[in-house]
Amino acid sequence: MKQSGWGRYPRIEGRLSAPRDQAALEALLAEGPLIARGMGRAYGDSACGAHAVDMRHFNRMIAFDADTGQLVAEAGVTLGEIIEAFLPQGWFPAVTPGTKFVSLGGAIAADVHGKNHHSEGSFGTFVDWIEVMGPDGRVSHCQPGDDLFGWTLGGMGLSGVILRAAIRLRRVETGWIRQTMIPAPNLDAALDAFATSQSATYSVAWIDCVAKGASMGRSLVMLGEHAGLADLRGRSASQPLPPRHRGPSVPFDLPGFVLNPWTVRGFNALYYWLGARKAGGGLVDWDAYFYPLDAVGDWNRIYGRKGFLQFQCVVPLESHAEGLRTILGAISDSGAASFLAVLKRFGAQDSRLSFPMEGYTLALDFPINRRSLALMPQLDRITADHGGRFYLAKDSRMSAETLRQTDPRWQDFARMRRETGLSARFASAQSERLGL
Amino acid sequence: MSGAVLILGARSDIARACAHRYARDGFGVMLAARGAADLEPDAQDLRLRHRVAVSCHDFDVLDTAGFAGFLDSLPALPDVVICAVGAMGDQAQSQRDPAAAAQVLRANFEGPALILGLLAERFEAAGRGVIVGISSVAGDRGRASNYVYGAAKAGFTAFLSGLRNRLARGPVRVITVKPGFVATRMTEGLPLNPRLTAQPAEVAEAIRAADLRGRDVIYVRRIWRLVMAIIRALPEFLFKKTRL
Repeated sequence: MKQSGWGRYPRIEGRLSAPRDQAALEALLAEGPLIARGMGRAYGDSACGAHAVDMRHFNRMIAFDADTGQLVAEAGVTLGEIIEAFLPQGWFPAVTPGTKFVSLGGAIAADVHGKNHHSEGSFGTFVDWIEVMGPDGRVSHCQPGDDLFGWTLGGMGLSGVILRAAIRLRRVETGWIRQTMIPAPNLDAALDAFATSQSATYSVAWIDCVAKGASMGRSLVMLGEHAGLADLRGRSASQPLPPRHRGPSVPFDLPGFVLNPWTVRGFNALYYWLGARKAGGGLVDWDAYFYPLDAVGDWNRIYGRKGFLQFQCVVPLESHAEGLRTILGAISDSGAASFLAVLKRFGAQDSRLSFPMEGYTLALDFPINRRSLALMPQLDRITADHGGRFYLAKDSRMSAETLRQTDPRWQDFARMRRETGLSARFASAQSERLGL
Repeated sequence: MSGAVLILGARSDIARACAHRYARDGFGVMLAARGAADLEPDAQDLRLRHRVAVSCHDFDVLDTAGFAGFLDSLPALPDVVICAVGAMGDQAQSQRDPAAAAQVLRANFEGPALILGLLAERFEAAGRGVIVGISSVAGDRGRASNYVYGAAKAGFTAFLSGLRNRLARGPVRVITVKPGFVATRMTEGLPLNPRLTAQPAEVAEAIRAADLRGRDVIYVRRIWRLVMAIIRALPEFLFKKTRL
């Protein structure tokens, strides 16, 4: 069976199992190396392999403590389901990535980050404990400070199969966000806007990667705060805890040429202009604020049959401005067009394998074609030259050599895996490619 | 919107999806199956997600003598009952072994019909109630590949039809569901056409919609109505030569 991630590239021939309980999972583990798979929202081959194990039957919520906001749930429960169950009671995930269609297990394995990384840290900050099935089928309970916890958070499922976890949710009065939009006509202005808004809970920028010259790096910086009941007016006041949007889906693969440098340039100019007109404040509901792309089901089909890839790096604070400028310059020189591009300030991160570090992260989508595939190694090199590193949840093509150069932590991880027998039991197409 | 739904055969994928669908609308849930203690994780999941009362009850569809006692033991008479009990069995084994065939007939026809018949009495006396029987397209025409199961489902479909006819002038309603292929534990590993195959949540949604709109007989994916109309319309001299 062909497997792929959200980017639908690469497509890998492999076995796919869907066990229904722990005993069935344990039996599969005895058959050879496998990799757990959740919602398949990692972009590349993180959850693909010779044997991928779909964990979505493990989808029960187990306990909730309404005093502390601690939720215990099985790994296949999604953030969307958590919001559906607990937002009506005034709780929201403390950290959420740009889609609600991620599983709890996946969020831990990638140690995902959200728009509040600079102020509150990554998903792992709010994980109290994890239960992991190890190479011998035994289940271990681990918590912050334990070796296994450190290797599991951001460990891409390579330290074992995540079965259950306890996470802390955040109290919210409403499901609305007070958004402030700051139009930034170029990269320096965007970086200034981030630097002066460090106290905002949420911050993220949409960045135009096609704009050149004086407008290079023009962005819309969006800040957000959870709105209190007193902030609501009109429609929001009549529905303080709005339900999720139910939008249309992309019914088929668009032809690959739909997203080309010209259409992207036109879209970006329009988007910036519309955003700049809305500069200032306003109320946005949680689904539109955190998950704008979820509104269009199967949006990955807009890139056509060949799929797309995402490049996401972080450049440390010391060299960020020059690093980002060089990356943006290389993209605009190449003539490749990134339709979705996001810039975000990260705070400091203290964990063993997690992607973030203090600095700026840039995430860019490219349709699969010769031009963008040729551009990627160039962007890898620029990132490496500026002391940056890469997000494995987005990666589908990096070389083992690049990973070794940019992120020596993974070498310790690979050694530990060999010594403890993990590498013989847990492997993905990505771990094989990257020599983990 | 509230009340209580009784789910018979609560361990199946369709049953679990139905429990969530009704709980989402505020229904309390009674989960009934053999070995009810194992249902507790599902019950807890339903409570956490939907904040409704959920209870678990031992129920064996082959223990017809115990049915009245089972119904008496429930915390209350439910407003809706969904019978998702069923077991496909193995056709080849059913052909060889009468005991195995009897088991399939009893689990898919005798047990479901008798328990719903008893509930119909109680619903009639209470002046309310919705009976949902999950039958099968396999009961629309007997085929070589699964006619023992199909015959039991045909019996169940006929029973539901008669019950509906009998109760039509009163407030109690009867809904027959013929889901077609569904991606469940029962069909895992079978090479099913994805366009003909519904997800359990789709079946649950269709059942809830049929309940709210007062429908009598539903196929889940509309294409099945057409497929089965064609299969039923084939003259026997042709049908007997097909391999379906």
